[in-house]
Amino acid sequence: MNWEVVIGLEVHLQLATESKIFSGAATRFGAEPNTQACAVDLAMPGMLPVLNEQAVRYAVMFGLGIGAEIGLRSVFDRKNYFYPDLPKGYQISQFQEPIVGRGHFDIQLEDGSVRRIGITRAHLEEDAGKSLHEDFHNQTGIDLNRAGTPLLEIVSEPDLRSAEEAVAYLKTLHSLVTSLGISDGNMAEGSMRCDINLSLRPAGSETLGTRAEIKNVNSFRFVEKAIHHEIERQADILEAGGQVVQETRLYDAERDETRSMRSKEVANDYRYFPEPDLLPVVIEQSWVDSIRASLPELPAAKRERFIADYGLSAYDATVLAAERPLADFYESVAKHCGDAKLAANWVQVELLGQLNRSDLSLGESPVDAPALAALLQRILDGSISGKIGKQVFEAMWAGEGDADSIIEARGLRQVSDSGALEAMVSEVIRGNPEQVAQYLAADENRRKKLSGFFVGQIMKLSKGQANPQMVNDLLNQQLADAGGHGNT
Amino acid sequence: MTVHQDDIEKLAELARLRIAPEAVAEVTDRIATILGLVDQLQSVDTAAVEPMANPLDAVQRLRSDAVTEDNRRDAFQAIAPAVENGLYLVPKVID
Repeated sequence: MNWEVVIGLEVHLQLATESKIFSGAATRFGAEPNTQACAVDLAMPGMLPVLNEQAVRYAVMFGLGIGAEIGLRSVFDRKNYFYPDLPKGYQISQFQEPIVGRGHFDIQLEDGSVRRIGITRAHLEEDAGKSLHEDFHNQTGIDLNRAGTPLLEIVSEPDLRSAEEAVAYLKTLHSLVTSLGISDGNMAEGSMRCDINLSLRPAGSETLGTRAEIKNVNSFRFVEKAIHHEIERQADILEAGGQVVQETRLYDAERDETRSMRSKEVANDYRYFPEPDLLPVVIEQSWVDSIRASLPELPAAKRERFIADYGLSAYDATVLAAERPLADFYESVAKHCGDAKLAANWVQVELLGQLNRSDLSLGESPVDAPALAALLQRILDGSISGKIGKQVFEAMWAGEGDADSIIEARGLRQVSDSGALEAMVSEVIRGNPEQVAQYLAADENRRKKLSGFFVGQIMKLSKGQANPQMVNDLLNQQLADAGGHGNT
Repeated sequence: MTVHQDDIEKLAELARLRIAPEAVAEVTDRIATILGLVDQLQSVDTAAVEPMANPLDAVQRLRSDAVTEDNRRDAFQAIAPAVENGLYLVPKVID
């Protein structure tokens, strides 16, 4: 049977506030256990939540970024369940009246095609603490530093049809929220966590199949693997004539499998009701308008601008516009060196390549944008060739100084002195009489190939520093001369 | 609305309340009486009334995003039954 895969994603995004959503405790990652958990976060008796304005602002920014309707009035609800890392016995969330309504954004697939994915809603809620199950004499250790960290839960429509689309969706979302500056998007630290709702239906069918939910998948790669695995599991069940059970499953990255979470049948009844400790949140349209006016340029618009203003290909523009730090870096290099396409090549190939190999982030790059631009200027003004430029870049990467001082210290300046070049060309022609004879006997097409041999020899002689354009001109001239002499 | 004994048992489990088996029938009856009163309220026509999330005629005030709480872990953990390495210890939970 041919199955159609139907996927919807729920993303829990930690918002980049300084303090928690309902208390004045810090949200910094990696602090000593329970040093950022105050009386409100611990659910001490009599403590009351007070809503963080910045969390609301970030939610509005997200809503504006996906063209959604902003709930000018939204209400917090209690979602009731018992777990030790949730001290109150309920999570404050939004159920009936979320702050962000229906919206959408476009994802681009590898083949260049674009799909529009619907967002059902996004709502504010608080994160829970962390349970540590190891090494406590059969007890569980609880760290409540994370409890109360603001989350934006972003729920997609079941519009995704493959693992590839799901990953493209997450990458686009990541790019959007980091460009907005509302989250650091650090998946390794849990800033963006994903639940996958997945079902299968016979191709062509309009009704949805029974879905399973896979919880807490925390990297793009695991999302892809978990989806592939779950598709196979459900297809096996359906093809054997069985039925998929609606349940919550956990993805085990070590074993590459999903498995059922026990005891969720009963516990899934959260008995939502309006949070009596918080009043309805009412925001002014004028506030929303002022936030809209101050939104940074979003990746989709930036991508279009890179294509229009810099003449980049759609692919290059997508890569360079995706994350704000890289886009800013690129634009700075392009402006300083004056050649947007050369800058695009160097940033993507050399810079990103080196960062990858060294396992560094852009912020840790030993070569900054003005330094790279200074190097590219030397290529553009003919001081060095592109090939030598790569050597210089590696030396800059190794901390040997700026482009000019490396070119000077290593004597890499391109030889553009026609006297010196002429001597080299003559030397190569004299040293290879056989090839010269072959060249002179050849037709136009074959000559082109053969002249490559001479250029190679001359570049070798000059240690790669000969100006290639001048070498070509001088070589053609001298070969023509040689032919001329031969004829007389 | 009718309420059955198994509804009460399920709710008790969700709320972590222990109701003795012999008491379930009586609790069910009492809750059924309360729900009867709710039914009576339900009969009021509220079509034109906006749902009320809070009885106060006010809206939520927002606080600015500033860290105002110091680390008071020692004080909080002094009253915890069991702590280790800064963590609160609880009976093992597996989910």
